[in-house]
Amino acid sequence: MPVLAKRIIPCLDVHAGRVTRGEQFGRAEDGGLRDVGDPVGLAARYDEEGADELVFYDITASVEGRKTLLDVLRAVSDRCFLPLTAGGGVRTAEDIRGMLLAGADKVSVNTAALADPDLIRAGAERFGSQCIVLSIDVRQTGPESWRVFSHGGRRPTEWEVLDWARKGVELGAGEVVCNSIDCDGMKGGYDGSLIRLLADALPVPVVASGGAGKIQDFGEVFLSGHADAALAAGILHSGEVVIPEIKAYLRTQGIPVRL
Amino acid sequence: MGNLRSVEKALAFVGAVPRRVTKPEDLTDLAAIVLPGVGAFGDCAAQLAQTGLWDPLREWAASGKPFLGICLGYQLLFEGSAESPGVAGLGVIPGKSVRFPEEVGKVPHIGWNTIRILRQSEFTREIRSGDFVYFVHSYVPVPEDPEWIALETEYGVRFASGVCRGALFAVQFHPEKSQRVGLQLLRAFVEVAACRERPTRSAP
Repeated sequence: MPVLAKRIIPCLDVHAGRVTRGEQFGRAEDGGLRDVGDPVGLAARYDEEGADELVFYDITASVEGRKTLLDVLRAVSDRCFLPLTAGGGVRTAEDIRGMLLAGADKVSVNTAALADPDLIRAGAERFGSQCIVLSIDVRQTGPESWRVFSHGGRRPTEWEVLDWARKGVELGAGEVVCNSIDCDGMKGGYDGSLIRLLADALPVPVVASGGAGKIQDFGEVFLSGHADAALAAGILHSGEVVIPEIKAYLRTQGIPVRL
Repeated sequence: MGNLRSVEKALAFVGAVPRRVTKPEDLTDLAAIVLPGVGAFGDCAAQLAQTGLWDPLREWAASGKPFLGICLGYQLLFEGSAESPGVAGLGVIPGKSVRFPEEVGKVPHIGWNTIRILRQSEFTREIRSGDFVYFVHSYVPVPEDPEWIALETEYGVRFASGVCRGALFAVQFHPEKSQRVGLQLLRAFVEVAACRERPTRSAP
């Protein structure tokens, strides 16, 4: 019986050098994002609190945005000694390389992989499956059906979530992050059935994203959603709950965590 | 890749003066060698051979001078790996790396898992059995001589997550990504190296 700890992963959406937060993939240009802090300072706080990993997304996905994200990665990896994942606007194997060199341990791909799935294969062959994360944005379209969206949740694709996730893993993705657009920022809990569908079917770790609103939601997504890790943003950034509190609760539920 | 930078930053954080070496001449004034190792077994072995560092590294590791192997740098100390059949490792430690059997769970083994200290050494005096460290790997070495094994971890099967002999210490996990526990291991290694009264440096 593996005793791998379930991971709690703060997610930092970086826009114009600041960490921002929205709801249901709100966009900066519509004023749908709130500034919640400085990425390096926030990262240091999470490191201190015992985060198991940190995820940084460049949500501007422009050339300028990518440069800013690399600066953030360098600054964070200079002082925080925990695993870092970076993503947002990754189009080529060179983009992946740039993020790894700046201090990321894993790089997540999303829209560009949908346009050209071979990006996953190229990345996995060159840098190893363990550092290629497939990030998938979905909306529920039926009782047991979730459609994959590209372009930051703006465009529907032809893919059903499980088919795309399987394809990505087959091409070499070593981990899958699944973001529920419906649940994002709504604080009503993770989409447990979505996460369980993927976690039970895929041979790689599955990270749940979107919907954490209270401590019990984490227990739920590990126990009934079978997630390997849970991403959270809003409730952590605001300080509504802190990581040690989440982990202490998970431990009372018999869920293995690193304290 | 990124891991080289992270190892450097972490070593500097615990007081070492790391330096990248790319050719055998660079090794002459070093107090210690750290071999992080990245990528696939075969590629890494080929690159080390190309730079001429292969034989000096093997001699160094076999001589009992301060040597720290991390992840692939740990696996390379053995005779070979199922990841790259036919490619010889440094052969300092008898045994080979095998792939995790699929039935243990998800492979790669990614995440925080505990270590159990089987044999205490100056490297582990500040850490405890049950401490969590960060792993990312699909292959793991199986030492033929259990005397080598210092740390053990369980992931469906029990495996040697660390070995130690003299001033040689090598681990499957990433101390540079294991927060407090990892930094303590690195600090202990740097102190062992410093006892030899020379500044600490690192190799690729």
